[in-house]
Amino acid sequence: MFNDKEASKIVDIIKNFARKHSLWVVAYGTGCGAIELPPTMTSRYDAERFGIRGSATPRQADVLLITGYLSVKTLKRVIRTYEQMQEPKYVIGFGSCTINGGMYWDSYNTIKALDRYLPVDVYINGCMPRPEAVISGFIKLQQLISEGKADGAKRYRENLEWYRENQRKVIKNWRMPEYNW
Amino acid sequence: MEINWSAVLGIVFTPVIAFLVGVTYGGLTRRITARIQNRFGPPFYQNILDIIKLYSKESNINHGVMQHLGPVFAITASVTTLFFIPVIKDSPVFTNFSFNGDLIFLLYIMVFGSLGMALGAGQTGNPNSAIGVSRGLSQLVGYEVPFVMALVAIMVQFQTTSLNDLLAVQDHFTKWIIFQSPFAFLAAILAFLGMMGYAPFDVVIAPAEIASGPPSEFGGKYLGLMLTSRSIFTFAKLVLFTDIFLGGAHDFITLIIKTFILYMIPVLTGIVFPRFRTEQSIRFFWSWPLFFGILAILVVVF
Repeated sequence: MFNDKEASKIVDIIKNFARKHSLWVVAYGTGCGAIELPPTMTSRYDAERFGIRGSATPRQADVLLITGYLSVKTLKRVIRTYEQMQEPKYVIGFGSCTINGGMYWDSYNTIKALDRYLPVDVYINGCMPRPEAVISGFIKLQQLISEGKADGAKRYRENLEWYRENQRKVIKNWRMPEYNW
Repeated sequence: MEINWSAVLGIVFTPVIAFLVGVTYGGLTRRITARIQNRFGPPFYQNILDIIKLYSKESNINHGVMQHLGPVFAITASVTTLFFIPVIKDSPVFTNFSFNGDLIFLLYIMVFGSLGMALGAGQTGNPNSAIGVSRGLSQLVGYEVPFVMALVAIMVQFQTTSLNDLLAVQDHFTKWIIFQSPFAFLAAILAFLGMMGYAPFDVVIAPAEIASGPPSEFGGKYLGLMLTSRSIFTFAKLVLFTDIFLGGAHDFITLIIKTFILYMIPVLTGIVFPRFRTEQSIRFFWSWPLFFGILAILVVVF
């Protein structure tokens, strides 16, 4: 009836549909952006309509939402959190700070561009992005997933040396446990 | 040897139906919760999508053999519990393995899933898991006591431990055990609130407090298996309560109506209440539910 290629295509469509409509978010509330998440989740904007829901631990999560600036100290925790998540996993950079440092661009202990340390799938710009912008960012991520273009985890695995080099450059006291992720 | 094909059919289809019904109830719960909180809410098939997504995760970390076996134990216990409950009254297909004396057997096997989950969570070494497991086992001690009291009252009243005999007793609307033995029903339904794990008794899986407790280190397929087991077990418990108290069901439509009404009791209670602390929860189970349980036994004996 079906050959292997067609069958795997159908399976991919089902998988991507499920992945797209079930995004469990671990929100890393590092900066001021975390305050935009409660209105996104509660009755005014209700992100649960799109299957977006908070997850309690990184092991269960699909999306790492990095809300705002990252200091060197928190970057270490973010990297550990990201590496504990199970593939396929996506990163959303939230706010200007993750794109170019934003208002912290000349700070001595924050990172400027998140993309050098973790593979970002979608950026949401603004300072602050309102809940509408957050939801539109999630919908952009859903589009990327259904097209099969949200391959952040794959990029991270393939360019691990480059990412590690950048990470080690910033984090001076590099004592990270080895995960078998 | 002659093969009983209707029994085989029942064994194949009962878990599938249980899963589908349980998972749809879970989705409807999220929808109803959302409507009560003045939100729109996810579609009713949201939990099915979640489970498909979890099964299609590409990497699944584990910390040892017991973490593999924990979810397997849980789903084994759920399916076994389901098999020993007559789903449809007098049906040759859905009677499954229910035999005389199965109420006592069910009391044992229903705990097995929690123990499996505790073993699996213990392997992960996450402190939140350990706290969740200790809370879960404490709460188990809490609600098992009134539940057993209620069942003992019914066993003494009708001089039987067989679910099939209990179903045969309730052949008319007025003879349902909820009317014949109301105190036992009260004790059992209060214990049922704890069994379902919705608020105010969600001390085990308290996402904001101990990061979802026992499954906090489970991701991907392990979590998917746990959610599947939870859906099946929910349906099994609902059917058990329908069989014991509400006279069972002759067809699926009656079963769906009765189980859904029963399911709404913990859900709607959960929406309006915040969470108990663990010792408050146990204290609750050992006060009013236990009182009703003792009252049920006293009414039956004297």
